[in-house]
Amino acid sequence: MTAATAETKGSVAVEFDGVVKAFGPVQVLHGVSFSLAPGRVYGLLGENGAGKSTLMKILSGYEPLTGGTLRINGQPQQFTSSREAEALGIVLIHQEFNLAEDLSVAQNIFLGHEKKKGWLLDDAKMERDAAAALAAVGLNIDPRTKLRRLIVAEKQLVEIAKAIARRARLLVMDEPTATLTPGETERLFKLIAQLRADGVTIVYISHKLDEVEQVTDEVIVMRDGRFVARAPTPEVTRHQMANLMVGRELADLYPPRDLVVAADAPAMRVRSFSVPGWAQDVNFEVRPGEILGFAGLVGAGRTELFEGLLGLRPAGGDVEMLGRPVPHRKGWRNPRDAARHGLTYLSEDRKGKGLHVNFGLRQNLTLMALERYAQPWLQPEAERGALAEAVKDYGIRTGSLDVRASSLSGGNQQKLALAKVLQPKPKVVVLDEPTRGVDIGAKRDIYFLIQRLAREGLAVIVVSSELMELIGLCHRVAVMRAGRLVATLDADHLTEEELIAHATGTADTHAAA
Amino acid sequence: MPPEQQTPMPQPEAAQHRSEGKPRWTEHLHGLGPVIGLVLLCIGGTLLNSDFATVDNAMNVLTRTAFIGIIAVGMCFVIISGGIDLSVGSMAALIAGSVIMFINWAGPASGSPLMAVVMGAVLAVVLGALFGLAHGLLITKGRIEPFIVTLGTLGIFRAYLTYFADGGALTLDNDLSDLYAPVYYASLAGIPVPVWVFVIVAIIGGVILNRTAYGRYVQAIGSNEQVARYAAVDVDRVKILTYVLLGVCVGIATLLYVPRLGSASPTTGLLWELEAIAAVIVGGTALKGGAGSITGTVVGAILLSVISNILNLTSIISVYLNAAVQGFVIIIVAFLQRGRR
Repeated sequence: MTAATAETKGSVAVEFDGVVKAFGPVQVLHGVSFSLAPGRVYGLLGENGAGKSTLMKILSGYEPLTGGTLRINGQPQQFTSSREAEALGIVLIHQEFNLAEDLSVAQNIFLGHEKKKGWLLDDAKMERDAAAALAAVGLNIDPRTKLRRLIVAEKQLVEIAKAIARRARLLVMDEPTATLTPGETERLFKLIAQLRADGVTIVYISHKLDEVEQVTDEVIVMRDGRFVARAPTPEVTRHQMANLMVGRELADLYPPRDLVVAADAPAMRVRSFSVPGWAQDVNFEVRPGEILGFAGLVGAGRTELFEGLLGLRPAGGDVEMLGRPVPHRKGWRNPRDAARHGLTYLSEDRKGKGLHVNFGLRQNLTLMALERYAQPWLQPEAERGALAEAVKDYGIRTGSLDVRASSLSGGNQQKLALAKVLQPKPKVVVLDEPTRGVDIGAKRDIYFLIQRLAREGLAVIVVSSELMELIGLCHRVAVMRAGRLVATLDADHLTEEELIAHATGTADTHAAA
Repeated sequence: MPPEQQTPMPQPEAAQHRSEGKPRWTEHLHGLGPVIGLVLLCIGGTLLNSDFATVDNAMNVLTRTAFIGIIAVGMCFVIISGGIDLSVGSMAALIAGSVIMFINWAGPASGSPLMAVVMGAVLAVVLGALFGLAHGLLITKGRIEPFIVTLGTLGIFRAYLTYFADGGALTLDNDLSDLYAPVYYASLAGIPVPVWVFVIVAIIGGVILNRTAYGRYVQAIGSNEQVARYAAVDVDRVKILTYVLLGVCVGIATLLYVPRLGSASPTTGLLWELEAIAAVIVGGTALKGGAGSITGTVVGAILLSVISNILNLTSIISVYLNAAVQGFVIIIVAFLQRGRR
């Protein structure tokens, strides 16, 4: 390939030349150099903390660079705001949404770029244009809908529509499919192909290597703040990609499955449990030492089912824990009640519900089992001891024990969150999307951790949108569709296609609940 | 395009990229800010008026600080948990009025004036706890914003006092008043009783906040209520208790305050809520909750009353501008704290 020039009208060619970024004394990017030709789809790979996000923030004007040069169409650029980057057609779609919940979809799409008629807003035009952008991403909703009424996957599509409405010529997508179902993902890929045909450059950041393989033209790998390698996608295998990211040979991702003794009495048995509006008449049980998966599309009611079980939503049904029924037919009153009876839950929303990111590691770890450290006064020494042990046990990588949780990488935060929900020594633990937004190395660590927990006799329930993960890790997989548990399948010989068929309702004839 | 390159990595372990998780020296400075401010004020006060640096004056300042300071300790819990209570001044007034009415009735009725006073003091604390409980229940079970609930009771409490006092003042009967007076005027080891109580309340508050599971829960809820809820913290109970604690603090402050004037009027406790909240904020606690300190709150309360003391002792700025100076201090402190976290 030769140095890219702007051939297509309005195309964006990017060249990073020795880009350096430091936050205070800590250097995050150590002279990154590579270039992006217009109209191609690039997969940007790297573990958490490799510097991908930082580099993309520099490209889209959210962070200034500390050294080196960023050239757009041959011109050196020093963006001081994302607006300047947007003016050149460079738009970053955030991993965490940047949307105002109380505004309408159209108002969100044009936020900061409102169309006006004289002094007044031109709502009619904005709604028309928003409708066009929504149609382009295949989202069929009224642009006047308030954003808070949308489900997560729809919000993701609104983010993309926003970029399209701003005439993006280079689109950075950071984990766009983390919240999407397989069907929505397919639609996104079609959209990407269409944008590419229009000459839009796309930088696709994802931990899902199968998607990277499917959708990108070329992969670029970063590691520890440095450029490592680039190659046309068809020339590298997933295995090679993973190895390049981690920098070492990656053994099999999933631990070997242990056999569960079938005769064991269930640790938890749930009978005709309903969460009004979300789940109806759900029956399942999980045995000690078993890993039970929960598959389903976004909105199938999996998270809500368990929130109902924990008393976070109104719910009702029969629940038995180690053979003892929960007294009133309502599940537990609150998570505290559930934890006392041996059930704990790790939320899918790590920053919003899982960890106090502004708290120290110690305070986070011990929060659920604080009584153990209060006799009656808190014993910081005992807490520190527990933390040191957890750091070792769960392989949490941190420079010091006295840092805030926010200073850990995503994967290590997740390990800390996992350690936290296991502190009360539960009998059953529910892990909701335990590897979301986590790099492949940490993923593998978490899988082996889960297996170890099961071996120790814990009943583990894994809710996940990654089908491969469920198939690779679980003994049985329960599939939910529209609030009902439609099938419970043995994970041996289970295929992704089969799971999708049950989740989407195309396998109704085989359903057995 | 640059040639394909394969940089060998010397250390495959992921580097610690953002190591600023540790509290930095600037944050320690923030913690020391109120103390430094207080020291500077005291130096200034000493230079301006030789009467400032006397034991008498110091005790005077601390005694005056005690009421707001005790309430501020309770307020500190409420604010750290992410709540607010605007009603404490009115609550103090209504408690004061109720206690006076009760003692005036119970003194002759029971035949034991001492018993009546003791029961009155107990009543103050019980009433405070009940009002706090009502706040807590309305806020958690009733799911109403704390600002709204306590704005409502701010009006309610004071109106009822005004009604009971018939627009005038409720006054403690003379002999009972004499019996009650030592609670405010007496000293132990040269230190006035209210100051002792303030010290004890502050120490208990500090221990609860920093050394008990409950204190940790209060901080966890203020930092992120959802995370706390999912982490099996009984959020409602912890929040209700913060308001009860504050109510108890208001009760204690009031029972110390009643013998000072021996009466309660519609102006009793006026603007105490502002001073208590200001003490907490000046002490370095973020209004949005999550973190804060009792020590800071105590220093903040003292700092505010030192300001008014200096204005009283000197004639540089009119005493009438006392509230204005305090207001400026609050805004300056907020300005210095902005952008943290």
